[in-house]
Amino acid sequence: MDLKEKLLSSYLAFEETLDLDNDIHDIRNNAIKYFEDTGFPNKKLEAWKYTSLNSILKEDYSIFPKQSSAIDYKEVKQYFVYDIDSYQIVFIDGIYSSHLSKTTHDKFDACLMSSALNSSKYNKVIQKYFNKIAPKDSLTALNTAFSKEGAYIYIPKNVVAEKPIQILNFSTGNEHALMLQPRNLIVVEDGAQVQIIERHQSLTDNAVFTNSVTEIYAGKNAQADYYKIQSDKISSSLIDNTFISQERDSEVSVHTFSFGGKITRNNLNFYQNGSGINSILKGVTIIEGKQHVDHNTLVHHRQPHCESHQDYKGIFADKATGVFNGKVFVDKIAQKTDAYQSNNNIVIDDGATINTKPQLEIFADDVKCSHGCTIGQLDEEALFYMQSRGIPKKEARALLMYAFANNVLTSVKIPELKTRITNEIADKIGVQLGFDL
Amino acid sequence: MLKINNLHAEVEGNKILNGLNLEIKPGEVHAIMGPNGSGKSTLASVVAGNEEYEVTEGEIIFDKSNILELSADERAQRGIFLSFQYPVEIPGVTVTNFIRTAINQIRKAKGLKDMPANEMLKKIREKAAMLSMDRKFLSRSLNEGFSGGEKKRNEIFQMAMLEPKLAILDETDSGLDIDALRIVADGVNKLRTKDNATLVITHYQRLLDYIVPDVVHVLVDGRIIKTGDKELAKELEVKGYDWLREEAVV
Ligand SMILES: Nc1ncnc2c1ncn2[C@@H]1O[C@H](COP(=O)(O)OP(=O)(O)OP(=O)(O)O)[C@@H](O)[C@H]1O
Ligand SMILES: [Mg+2]
Repeated sequence: MDLKEKLLSSYLAFEETLDLDNDIHDIRNNAIKYFEDTGFPNKKLEAWKYTSLNSILKEDYSIFPKQSSAIDYKEVKQYFVYDIDSYQIVFIDGIYSSHLSKTTHDKFDACLMSSALNSSKYNKVIQKYFNKIAPKDSLTALNTAFSKEGAYIYIPKNVVAEKPIQILNFSTGNEHALMLQPRNLIVVEDGAQVQIIERHQSLTDNAVFTNSVTEIYAGKNAQADYYKIQSDKISSSLIDNTFISQERDSEVSVHTFSFGGKITRNNLNFYQNGSGINSILKGVTIIEGKQHVDHNTLVHHRQPHCESHQDYKGIFADKATGVFNGKVFVDKIAQKTDAYQSNNNIVIDDGATINTKPQLEIFADDVKCSHGCTIGQLDEEALFYMQSRGIPKKEARALLMYAFANNVLTSVKIPELKTRITNEIADKIGVQLGFDL
Repeated sequence: MLKINNLHAEVEGNKILNGLNLEIKPGEVHAIMGPNGSGKSTLASVVAGNEEYEVTEGEIIFDKSNILELSADERAQRGIFLSFQYPVEIPGVTVTNFIRTAINQIRKAKGLKDMPANEMLKKIREKAAMLSMDRKFLSRSLNEGFSGGEKKRNEIFQMAMLEPKLAILDETDSGLDIDALRIVADGVNKLRTKDNATLVITHYQRLLDYIVPDVVHVLVDGRIIKTGDKELAKELEVKGYDWLREEAVV
């Protein structure tokens, strides 16, 4: 049975467990129908031209893990940003781990999607926000049909979440191959603020395929910073679908650090619904071997006087492949839009390839839109300069790579996270330089 | 300290150095002058170990061993320093972090531990003060957006930090205003000892009023065609190079 069929029949079994009167049920049914009609995306689709899912779809994944497993905090501590005080929402093989989590309902909710979906207390929020911006595409629809667990974060009006929230998805390898479909909903009401760190982490070399959907709503003057750490095992693949809806004067930033995994696809979509909005998209990709990372971004400017800043840097070694497809749409009424996009890549080895494609569709006439992409090698002159100061070639290269990625890190607002990412980059490049940038 | 014998070097198939000989002893200051394109910077790059240039013949002896097989960083670790005619910009690396990395990598190559942070800081402050360098430069990205003169001063700052045995200063004077020239030249003079040597490449006598050379060479078409004392530089300032070319042909 291929994966699509397996999913369709699993859905029937899953349906048995659901409350059929729940409003979500119709949404699920429509979604699975859509997935049934469209199936997994393939390379014939323009948006998937450079990313083939074939190699990951052929595994025989468990759709629902048989049993929940426990893990000791000390085994997984390294995957947390553990030197900060934070809330933690942790899942093991897709199932909530109360043992590893620290949730809250105090001033705001940082808890579970399963309770939000099933308890009447959250009904209003779910009704208003669940699946409202996630568009119809087959992978998002598939996730919607199976939506069951994930993080539910609700920050009421003018509340500032005083510490960051970490969302961790572990997989234990108890299943030979596991498919996970976390579903997160994050609502940041008017004037509210939140910082979120998200990580997907497999603990063994068994295959994991994660198809994640996150919806983020930022109200008027709200602020949200979202950090994605994609540093998973080479046996894991991730499709991350993130949709962000912003109201006037809000600011949302998403930083994506892609260092691991087999195939990583980021579908990151921003929709601006008011004026004075700022949308920030930043990414650092450092991959090697046959790793593949695809950033597919969209910023839709639908109102005047808004900004967007996209800055993606990539370093590609061996036969790694990178894709950047950055779409910026500026509607006719969105005058005075300031949209910036840049994608810079360094190719370390001849075998590595990069496809970078900006796609600007601008219907307003008074806008400032700039974009640029570069693909290059490490600057030989700079390497000689550094060597002439006694820095060996390997360290010189590492320093240049660091420096290259550095300006993306400057906007990380959590210092411990910044240090953490710097160290991961050092690890990835295989050098310790003994200083912070 | 440095002995270059019959050096031939080329880049992309063009012969640039054609049998160059040069000997510099500890404690000496040598100056090289010569027309544009004669090969002065090429010589500096080849001694520093730039792999872009291919040495086809000859040898470079530094501290009694042939260094041609050594990489640029190994040469720097042994005490060769090049102040670049056109220093390279390295965005994202601060001056402080760069020099700290250089010093500690050199120490590592010698089997020494990292320089303690407070000692490093003290040294950085001291040398920056010696060159009247504004502290805010230290936390800026290396050479990024620096003016021509600021770049040159920063080269000498690095030299002061690294305390090389042989410093090659490639047109360090160009781009410096009169005050800066004096400050930088004073700095270079303060760094002189009886054990180290300096090779100054310049077009102008002016610099040599401050850094007084023991020996002056004229480099034309990849060879040294005349060597003299500091008076030669003054003569060149007045007469140019043509008379030497004619002399060399005769
Ligand atoms: N990387 C290179 N590729 C091609 N030609 C080169 C390269 N480097 C130097 N050359 C050539 O070699 C010759 C010598 O250049 P070099 O920079 O050594 O001259 P110079 O004496 O330092 O001149 P200037 O006084 O203008 O600084 C020039 O003709 C130059 O164009
Ligand atoms: Mg030159």
